[in-house]
Amino acid sequence: MLTKRIIPCLDIKEGRTVKGVNFEQIRDAGDPVELATIYAKEGADELVFLDITATNERRKTLSELVNKIAHHINIPFTVGGGISSVEDVQLLLKNGADKISVNTSAFKNPNLIDQLALEFGTQCVVLAIDTKKESDGNWYVYLNGGRVKTNILCIEWAKEAVSRGAGEILLTSMNNDGTKQGFALDITHQLSTQLGVPVIASGGAGTMQDFADVFENAKADAALAASIFHFKEIAVPDLKQFLANKGIPIRI
Amino acid sequence: MKTVIIQYNAGNIQSVLFALERIGVEAIVSDDEEQIQHADKVIFPGVGEASTAMQYLKHRKLDQLILQLKQPVLGICLGMQLMCKFSEENNTQCLGIFDEQVAKFNPGEEQLKIPQIGWNNIYDLQSGLFKGISNNAYCYFVHGYFAANGMHTIASANYGITYSAALQKDNFYGVQFHPEKSATVGEQILKNFIDL
Repeated sequence: MLTKRIIPCLDIKEGRTVKGVNFEQIRDAGDPVELATIYAKEGADELVFLDITATNERRKTLSELVNKIAHHINIPFTVGGGISSVEDVQLLLKNGADKISVNTSAFKNPNLIDQLALEFGTQCVVLAIDTKKESDGNWYVYLNGGRVKTNILCIEWAKEAVSRGAGEILLTSMNNDGTKQGFALDITHQLSTQLGVPVIASGGAGTMQDFADVFENAKADAALAASIFHFKEIAVPDLKQFLANKGIPIRI
Repeated sequence: MKTVIIQYNAGNIQSVLFALERIGVEAIVSDDEEQIQHADKVIFPGVGEASTAMQYLKHRKLDQLILQLKQPVLGICLGMQLMCKFSEENNTQCLGIFDEQVAKFNPGEEQLKIPQIGWNNIYDLQSGLFKGISNNAYCYFVHGYFAANGMHTIASANYGITYSAALQKDNFYGVQFHPEKSATVGEQILKNFIDL
């Protein structure tokens, strides 16, 4: 049976992880390769690396890092952050990334999704959406890391992106992100049940039960989290055992 | 020991190379007839679309070359599907090493998502390729098309339907999953192939 996926996310700046980590067995908390190796050993199903470097050197630094990660990691990984062209993607895939995620650049130029799907296949095109529930009760798409609001509904953009060739949706709820109060179940459920591609839920994970809820109630295919893993509030093996005990299909 | 990965327009060549490196196997990537023929082990990777890949193989005359190989050959993902007889993906005549047919997954009543992306268990393991691998071990799959179960099936998986997770005929092996991305289970399977 296909299992639900647990995905730790690492934020990268100039080739180093930026959010703090709290691992006893780690020598260099800033080394993404060392951290990623630990997660892979602990049973993470995939990894996401989100690059937040803003310098001109970013393409070179990132592709070098991806190459290093690909040498060491024996599970699939996605790279995202500032990717805006076929050439960017080609460079990252050539260095060993399995998938890439696009966000603002794809919203501004939706044709990018078609181009990437045609060139590399839909299986490596992940569309990331940052979304926020407004007072009118609707979920809207936000751009530029959540700083710019649009008038487009999350579900509409997701459907268009899938029709253009997005192979997976990485959905981050801005209302929930950082709250540790649980994932946004309503919008995750809406996307998971209305789209023909997998949905990765992100934002809000605080307890192991939150993961159970997003899989069982919101029908997410995968769940992503960062700080709760980095600070060892929840260990990947414990989480997977907890979910398996609840009868959720999980790789142990 | 010389291991050659067949160079063609497949997406996962780099990942396969890295995975082999992790288990201490040096491999070269080549589309040179001589190099491939004289290899001890040949890996035929694949990520992409069937008809385009077949056209490319024919254009480079790699299709005939693969059929004539006598050493162990491992097809991965699309590589395995191309070793079958026929694929529904753009109605492509494939290499015909395995009699099994390749069809598209059907979402069915369970409203399965297509392609299947993620970790699924493999069972009914019937080959030295799976030495040391426990029944129902998890492997990483990414595919919208599947090879039906048939006489060459050496491992099964289920996604709405029971299908071939691996096939074997004589010296030809194929796996639908990505051993290069399937954690320690995948590494063991690659090791087993190299040790055949």
